[in-house]
Amino acid sequence: MIVDGNASGKTLIEGLVDTDRVHKSCYTSEEIFQQEIDNIFYKSWIYAGHESQIKNKGDFTTFQIGRQPMILVRGDDGAFHVLFNRCPHRGAMLTNWHMGNAGHHFICSYHAWQFNFDGSVHAIPSPKGYDETRFEKSDPESCMKAAPRVASYRGFVFASLAEDGPDLETWLSGAKAAFDDMCDRSPEGEVEVVRTCFRVVQKSNWKIFLENQLDALHPSITHGAAGKAAADVEEEIKAETGEDAPLHYHYLSAFTTPIYKWDGLETAGHPFGHCMLQGYMGLRPTDPDTLEYEALMEKAYGKERTEEILTTNIHHVLVYPCLSVQSPLQQLRAVRPLGPDKTLTEIWHFRLKGAPDPIYERSLQYYNLVNSPSTMINADDLYNFWRCQQGLESEGGDWVSFHRNEGQDHHDDGVTTSVTGLSELPMRHMFTAWADYMKGGQS
Amino acid sequence: MTAVTDDVLLRKVEQFLYDQSDMLDSRRWQDWINLFTPEGIYWMPAHPDHESGDGVPSIFHEDMYLMRTRMKRLDHPRAWSQSPAPRCNHIVSNVRIDPSRSNGTGLVVTSKFHVVELRLENQRYFTGTYTHTLLQEGDGFRIKNQRVDLLNYDSPFDYVLQVWL
Repeated sequence: MIVDGNASGKTLIEGLVDTDRVHKSCYTSEEIFQQEIDNIFYKSWIYAGHESQIKNKGDFTTFQIGRQPMILVRGDDGAFHVLFNRCPHRGAMLTNWHMGNAGHHFICSYHAWQFNFDGSVHAIPSPKGYDETRFEKSDPESCMKAAPRVASYRGFVFASLAEDGPDLETWLSGAKAAFDDMCDRSPEGEVEVVRTCFRVVQKSNWKIFLENQLDALHPSITHGAAGKAAADVEEEIKAETGEDAPLHYHYLSAFTTPIYKWDGLETAGHPFGHCMLQGYMGLRPTDPDTLEYEALMEKAYGKERTEEILTTNIHHVLVYPCLSVQSPLQQLRAVRPLGPDKTLTEIWHFRLKGAPDPIYERSLQYYNLVNSPSTMINADDLYNFWRCQQGLESEGGDWVSFHRNEGQDHHDDGVTTSVTGLSELPMRHMFTAWADYMKGGQS
Repeated sequence: MTAVTDDVLLRKVEQFLYDQSDMLDSRRWQDWINLFTPEGIYWMPAHPDHESGDGVPSIFHEDMYLMRTRMKRLDHPRAWSQSPAPRCNHIVSNVRIDPSRSNGTGLVVTSKFHVVELRLENQRYFTGTYTHTLLQEGDGFRIKNQRVDLLNYDSPFDYVLQVWL
C-alpha cells in the first residue's frame, strides 16, 4: 500500500487541473465542454438502457451519447442494437418518442424509407428511381449508422462511439459492484426495470452532480431541513399511532446524521474515474417481510452467500461519466450533459425479480420520495448546483478547491481509498480520470 | 359526463376548490392539510392510466404524515431552496360534478387548473385536471382523494416541485 505523502499540488493539465484544485473554466467554458463531449463521452461507454426495457422485437428507447441522438432497439434476432436516430436519406430523425415499439421496422415520416432493427434498409418506395445511379441499398451509407460497440453487463446495456478501447467489463472494473450488488439482491439474480422514467433538468454542469453524489460533507447541511422534518414526523407517528414510522421516513431522516458520523464512512476511487461511497442508512430491518425475503435468498444462494450479499454496504456507485447507481435501493440516474450549464438526469428504478412486493415497495418509496420531480431532497441539491454554476461563471476567483485530506489517500491495487468519508478524494479521483481522457488517454 | 344541475351544490363545490387553491397561494399549509380526511391522499400520477398510487411510481403520493413532512420542510429556516420562497397563483375552472360517480355522501368533482409559479425571478406554469373525491361533512366538504393529472407528467421537469399544485 502506498500513501500519497508529499504528492500534493501536482499539475495534471497546465492551467486547468492540479491534483488539489481545478480551474473554474472546467465547469463554464463552451470550448472545454465540447472537448469533454469528444474526449470523454465519445470515448467511454455510455449507459443506453436496461434489457428489460426492450423485451419484445421492435421495443426501443432513445437516449443521448454526448450530443448524439441514439436508439436502443430489440431486433428480430432477439439481439439489441444501438443506432443513430437519423434517416440516411435526408437526415430526419426516425423517432421522437422516449420509449415505444416500432412494429416491424423504423419508417421515416418523410419518404417512408424502412429500416430493419439492425439498421439495414428494408424497403424504399419506388426503388426504380435508383436504377443506374451509384446508390446501393446495402452500402453502409444507405443504412442507419450503428454505434461501433454495444455490450451489456447483467442486463445493463452500454454503447460506445469509439471503435477501440477497453471492453465493457474491463472499463467498468470496480464499478461492476453497482450491478452485481443490485442483481445479487434478487433471488433470481436479475432485476427488471419499472417503466417510468422521471427526467429532471439541472441548471448546472454535469460534473457538479457527480461530485455531489459522493460528497458526504453536504447531506447534513443541504438536507438538514428535510431530515429534521421527517425525524419530527417519525416521532409524531409513533406518538399518535403507537407504531414505528414506515421505513421510508428513514430515507429522509437519515440526513440528520451529523457531520462527524459521515467522517467514518469510506469512499473509494476505481480505474477510469468510477467512485464508490459506503452505505450509511443501515437498511437491514428484521420485520416479517424482510425475513420472508431473506428466506427466499437463502433458498437461492445458501446461507453464507446470502449473508455476503446482504452485508454488502454500498450507498452510491458512480460509473464515470454517465451514471449514479444506488444499488441497495435499485435506483439509477443517467447523466446527459446538455451544455456547460445544463444537465439532464434520467431517473429509473428496478424491481428485484423473485422478491416479495413489500421489498419492491422500499425501492418504490425511495424513488417517489427522493428521486421524483416532487423530491424534498434534490430540491435543495439542484438549488446548490445552480448557485455553484452562477458563482463559477463570475470573476470572483479562478479555482475550485479539492484540498480536503489531499496527500492522505491510500492506493492499493488500482483502487484509491480515503482516510475519511469527508475527504475530497472522489472529486480529485474523477478529475484525474478527466485529465487523462482530455489528453486523449483511456480510450 | 353530464354536469349536475344543482346550482347551489355546484357553487358550494366551486367555492371549496377556490378556497383550497388560495390556501396554497397564501402558503397556509396547515389549513390546506386540514381539508383532507385523516386518511386522505394527495396524488399526482406518473401516468394517466394508473388508477391508484399503490404499488406504482407517482410524482406525489402523500398521506397526512407525508404532507406534514413537506410542510415542516417548507417552514424550516434552512430549507435553502425556499430562499426566496417561490410564489404561485392558481386559476381553477371548468368545475363539474360527475353524477355517475357521486352519491348522497360523496362527490367526484373534476376541474381544470392553471398554476403560475414565480421562482428565482422566472415564471413557469403548470396545467392539468383535478379530480377531487369529496365527502360532505356538515355544511362543507373534506377531501378523501385529490388526483392531479399534470399535462406534462412525462416531460423533463425544469427543476422540481417543492409544493403541491
